[in-house]
Amino acid sequence: MSDNDPTTSVPQGGNMTDQTVRAPQTIERTKRVRSEGEEAYLEVTDLHVQFPTADGKVQAVQGLSYSLPLRRTLAIVGESGSGKSVSSMAILGLHDRKSTWISGSIKVGGKEVVGMSEKELMSYRGADAAMIFQDPQSSLHPFFTIGDQIMESYRAHHRVSRRAAKARAIDMLGRVGIPNPKRRVEQYPHEFSGGMRQRAMIAMALVNDPKLLIADEPTTALDVTVQAQILDLIADLQRDFGSAVVFITHDLGVVAEIADDILVMYAGNAVEHGPVDKILGTPLHPYTWGLLESIPAVSGTPGPLHPIPGSPPSLLAMPSGCAFHPRCEFRDRVGGDLCRTLKPELIPRTADLGRTSRCHLKEPDKVFETEVLPRLP
Amino acid sequence: MLLYILRRVISAISVVIVTVVASFVLFFLAPTDPAGVICGPRCTPERLHDITESLNLDQPPIEQIGLYFKGIVVGRDYTSGGVTRHCSAPCLGYSYVLGVPVTDLLAKAVPVTLSIVLGGSIIYLGFGVLIGTIAARVRGTTLDRFAVGSSLVIGSVPYFVVALIIALYATFLPKSQYVSFFTNPVQWASGLLAAWLCLGLTNSASYTRYSRASMIEALGQDYTRTARSKGISERRVVYRHGLRAAMTPVITIFGVDVAYQLVNTIFTERIFQLPGLGLRLLNAFNQYDLPVLMGGVIVGATVLVVMNLVVDILYTVLDPRVRLG
Repeated sequence: MSDNDPTTSVPQGGNMTDQTVRAPQTIERTKRVRSEGEEAYLEVTDLHVQFPTADGKVQAVQGLSYSLPLRRTLAIVGESGSGKSVSSMAILGLHDRKSTWISGSIKVGGKEVVGMSEKELMSYRGADAAMIFQDPQSSLHPFFTIGDQIMESYRAHHRVSRRAAKARAIDMLGRVGIPNPKRRVEQYPHEFSGGMRQRAMIAMALVNDPKLLIADEPTTALDVTVQAQILDLIADLQRDFGSAVVFITHDLGVVAEIADDILVMYAGNAVEHGPVDKILGTPLHPYTWGLLESIPAVSGTPGPLHPIPGSPPSLLAMPSGCAFHPRCEFRDRVGGDLCRTLKPELIPRTADLGRTSRCHLKEPDKVFETEVLPRLP
Repeated sequence: MLLYILRRVISAISVVIVTVVASFVLFFLAPTDPAGVICGPRCTPERLHDITESLNLDQPPIEQIGLYFKGIVVGRDYTSGGVTRHCSAPCLGYSYVLGVPVTDLLAKAVPVTLSIVLGGSIIYLGFGVLIGTIAARVRGTTLDRFAVGSSLVIGSVPYFVVALIIALYATFLPKSQYVSFFTNPVQWASGLLAAWLCLGLTNSASYTRYSRASMIEALGQDYTRTARSKGISERRVVYRHGLRAAMTPVITIFGVDVAYQLVNTIFTERIFQLPGLGLRLLNAFNQYDLPVLMGGVIVGATVLVVMNLVVDILYTVLDPRVRLG
């Protein structure tokens, strides 16, 4: 079934009105000033995730710290292998204990996730935090009906009859914009189009009203027209449910649309963190500059693409000093060979203390405005 | 679905017909004279002529095949030495050696083999899947390596050696014999126990490996991760989500495998002295008893085709993505 299925590509009547109302709200949301007093629902502190292998320890996440209050969306951005998915899977405790080594702290609603027993994880997963995965085709079980899979989620955390769970499943399918949910609830994933499947995944994730939703590239596997609908849906539901959302993506276009904050990751480290308008307006890290430069221009004369030279380092053998220095065109601007020898701290680099970055470069805001900005497509 | 089954049944029947014709050509038109074999070493020309005539061996091949099919569908008459015997449908001819209708011989032998394979296959499927699933869950541990290693060892020992060992050393098992299930179910089961264990043990090795591989694949799928993220128990993740997906390929192999077992139980029957199809065919082969061999071929082909159909239908039950039409 294709994504051009009329039921997916035509926006629902309800959605249409929503969109017109929502536009100003989105702006209001992004402009909202980040107040330090807001209580964090998700708090990640010095998170390390390592996978011991025959060749050595793969250091997938190296000391990640961030916090996220309810009703806010954090976008984690980075290339493949930057640790964005690995760190998010750790939030749900999805790593195999035997083959993963995790340290640090992940607090969700006051509960410490690192070191939870299997039993504690069972009652935590799905109820306090839920996850939407990248490819709804492979993430839904092909042999069970959509309703069955949503009901299983619900009944894992609620002692209710099958009938009540089914009513809840139908209700959730309706809320995520699936037409004719009474009939759809009996259908199998292969009878859904790509966009509808992702809606069903979202319904499944939200069925227990979790206060933290992790979306791991939820639109990557979808048609561009469907992508926008799914983003709108997630934003809508976040407002209704009042949850915190961690949105993992490598698409900066998506980030601008949905996020309040951005966390840019490179080789298992956070390299830049702050409110979305500031980071997309004046990014302070050469890696973020590279990401922005590598976006193809949609309007104007099409020019050549500017990919970041080189490739991400092996997580088995990290470069000394700053992990990005082998690919960084500004490394020679920093005196004393600092980039090669000393790993920079994630600290505020400008007068604006609400944002941090991990770079030795002096006055990065000026470098961006005078040298990088003119080159941007 | 019904139309599909009808189509498959028709194609199954044609497969059996082609098999019969092909084996007919091979057996009856081979440069051996069946009449001479039946007649024996002290044969008179008159008797040879009589036998040849009674078996229609003097007729053109097409006519012989036609008569054979006629026998299967409506029955036929045999005239030998002035005596006419009617062989009612489905008539597969008379055994050269025993002089009794092949249909009767097979009707006695098939239930024996069916019983052996039925019990044995349930043991190896159940045991193999259980061990394979456990091994997949504890992948990489000593227990896993032990399960895989011992399944390799059992799998590499020739099947008849295992059968012999059980027959010779497992004397605590009830005496091997065949009693019809309808006469005495308890004796039926106890008499076949040794044969079941032999079949079950040797074949469980490959099922351990199939299910382990299939299970490891299923547990690595995205939907398994989704299932875990829901907050259901690990047991439920493995046995509901994982096993359900992992069993589909195993069941496919199983269906066809059972059909092969039916014609492959010669060693088991021989060693445990059970008068099944394999033993019957082996004797027929040694004695050049062509009608019995032909009957065996028809039974084998039919079982294989039917099992394939059963697997295909089962597939639609197991995997909702498969819709027959």
